[in-house]
Amino acid sequence: MKRLVATFAVTAASLLAQWGGELRFCLRSDPKTFNPLLVDDEASETVRYLTGGVLIRVNRLTQKLEPELATSWKISRQGRAIAFQLRRGLSFSDGTPFTAEDVAYTMHALMDPALHSPTGDSFRSAPGDVETTVQAPDRITIVFPAPVAGLDRLFDQVAILSSRSPKKEAATLGPFVVTHYTPGTDLVLERNPRYWKTDAGGRRLPYLDRIHLDIQQNREIELLRFTRGEVHLINTIDAELFSRLVKQDPAMAQDAGPSLESEMMWFNQNPSAPLPDYEKAWFRSQNFRRALSSAINRADICRIVYYGHAQPAAGPISPANRFWFNAALKPHAFDPKDALARLQRDGFRFENGALRDRDGHLVEFSLITNSGNQAREHMAAMIQQDLAAIGIKLNIVTLDFRSLIERITQTFRYEACLLGFTNYDLDPSSQMNVWLSSAENHQWYPNQKIPATPWEAEIDRLMHAQAAAVDTTKRKSDFDKVQEIVSDQAPFLYLVTKDSLSAVSPKLRNVQPAMIRPETYWNAEYLALAPAQLARSAR
Amino acid sequence: MKRSRNIAAGILVLVFTVSLLAGVIAPSPYAAQFRDFISAPASHRFWLGTDELGRDRWSRLLYGTRISLLLAPAAALLSTCMAVVIGGVAGYAGGWCDRVIRQVIDLFLSIPWLFLFLIVRAILPLNASPLTSVIVTFTIMGLVGWAPAARIIRAGAQSLRHSDLVLHARACGCRGLRLILVHIAPALRPVILAQFWIAIPTFILGEASLGLIGLGVADPLPSWGNLLRELTNPQAVTGNPWILAPLAVLVVVVSCFQLLLPEREFVS
Repeated sequence: MKRLVATFAVTAASLLAQWGGELRFCLRSDPKTFNPLLVDDEASETVRYLTGGVLIRVNRLTQKLEPELATSWKISRQGRAIAFQLRRGLSFSDGTPFTAEDVAYTMHALMDPALHSPTGDSFRSAPGDVETTVQAPDRITIVFPAPVAGLDRLFDQVAILSSRSPKKEAATLGPFVVTHYTPGTDLVLERNPRYWKTDAGGRRLPYLDRIHLDIQQNREIELLRFTRGEVHLINTIDAELFSRLVKQDPAMAQDAGPSLESEMMWFNQNPSAPLPDYEKAWFRSQNFRRALSSAINRADICRIVYYGHAQPAAGPISPANRFWFNAALKPHAFDPKDALARLQRDGFRFENGALRDRDGHLVEFSLITNSGNQAREHMAAMIQQDLAAIGIKLNIVTLDFRSLIERITQTFRYEACLLGFTNYDLDPSSQMNVWLSSAENHQWYPNQKIPATPWEAEIDRLMHAQAAAVDTTKRKSDFDKVQEIVSDQAPFLYLVTKDSLSAVSPKLRNVQPAMIRPETYWNAEYLALAPAQLARSAR
Repeated sequence: MKRSRNIAAGILVLVFTVSLLAGVIAPSPYAAQFRDFISAPASHRFWLGTDELGRDRWSRLLYGTRISLLLAPAAALLSTCMAVVIGGVAGYAGGWCDRVIRQVIDLFLSIPWLFLFLIVRAILPLNASPLTSVIVTFTIMGLVGWAPAARIIRAGAQSLRHSDLVLHARACGCRGLRLILVHIAPALRPVILAQFWIAIPTFILGEASLGLIGLGVADPLPSWGNLLRELTNPQAVTGNPWILAPLAVLVVVVSCFQLLLPEREFVS
């Protein structure tokens, strides 16, 4: 139904939309690369999204796969192979024709180990080379050395390169092409005159003539420019600035609901960490972790720190990830009495307003987080007060990001850490580097030789099983169990899931903010400016 | 003029006394979060309203004043003493000693000390109390903040070296330490005091900036520095003038310190 409404909205909008004009918004940094295969940062991702043509696109609103350069596809050999039927008669922006050879060329370049492509890493489930078989100019089969979980979705990130164009990555199949770049200042994308899509009225897309991207790090200035009408949108905006905008002009503030970003804290369970043994024992106790989780008032954090634009988090997957979210999970309820009862089961005693363990040690530890992030600092202060209510003394330490990363990944000189987590890929296989006990990002105890606990062994088993399975129902079932174990054992205390917040000028038409990035310009080819704005652009 | 100095002294005594009695006067603990009164306006319950976490601003201002008013002058005193010794020796001795010290001063002025603070924060134990952290911060600020003042004091001492005052003292047989302490130092007193008073707000604001890298006064301990961080939101200020209270206290205190400066300006 939602898809139908969205389709209707786009169709209706296309009938009303006008061609031309310049859309302006800000990038937070310079793009590190214009090679779509090497994208690893947000600014480069923006350029890739607006210029690159992909075989399959994830519709940001419905989260369903939609055909783009491929009209159909079929996965076979237990997820090892995928066959594409391509659109005919398409050309790159420089006029070179698009064929299956280009797809083969792109896949070989992507999977070349010498390139170190972050996008290619997602496809690399086992050592070996990718094989491509071009059956016809519009038909190709790609075979991987081992099954790749969520194979078709991964093609959303693969911008097809031209095998014949002398311009290489500058020749694009997307709606726009890069025409001008001044490092540190701005980037201009012009309409791709050979873009293949047309609107419901048969007019060639995109509606916009160009997109002007100003490079602006300062978010306050970005908001100021937006309110002055100098830029048309802010793709993601933090809750504090958003609440300011709501007061100023609620019509421009867009809350699309829960995003894929969550905030969580965890305890250092690494046995080699330079911490007293009694502290390690606290952190390894499920009761201790669950008690602290119950002592934290998540609803207050959402209301106060995020001005109501966040939800208490239940687990590792946000409700924004509609398919993989385990709806049976609920956030740990705020219940200090239950917290104390759990702690008593482990021999902790609450005396004279202070908590002591069975050996009489005062329960006191530090919580590190990165400095300069006001929301996290406020969250830490609230957790501090919540834990004080059950007699725990929490010391908040804000560190510069490099020091913090060094502590949590190398020296392990910390007790608890508060950070955020964003997973742009909806498929759980992209989280293997977090959930496998042997993984580097298994933050509470990384790089385990063998799983330290039975529940971690079970998570390992389930993650491998879901990655190997082709049947999505089986994969969903396995990953639901992973989420249940994580919620029960609480190695991460998930605190909040932030809302997807953006700011959109009323002058911009056809914007449908989504929960996953790029939130506001995911349908860039359909975006259009209001007639008055077009007249100004023309002048 | 004497009257205004008396008033200034009175205000400073009052502010010091009130801040020292924060534990008795403050209506609530500085860390207490009244979560149903977030960013509340000034009222009979919260005289200066509440901050974004619902903490009583008046209570936090009292405790913050105590910390800033005790530690910033202490750091200023440390840095000024170092500046007097180093700048005074360079200016009075002259020659190679002056050249070496001048280069050391230039070196100190050119080094980005932020890295020292980052290293110190990385070295400090994580469970160091907020008070320890802030004492360490102000001590370091005092230890590295002497160079600008030393340069000015050196210039003063150098010009005094050839003044009639010192020549006369020398002619009377006054030498060495006695010459410095009895004749040169009193003549430099206005300069030294000016450097001391200037250093206080500099350190207060410096602490506020360091808060951004986690080495200022750690939450929930208040200071003028972290109270002033609320002013970074211009929209909040226009609707809530009581947010300006820490700034007003800072201006009043620094002005009072300035008024206490001796009337006579240094004349070479």
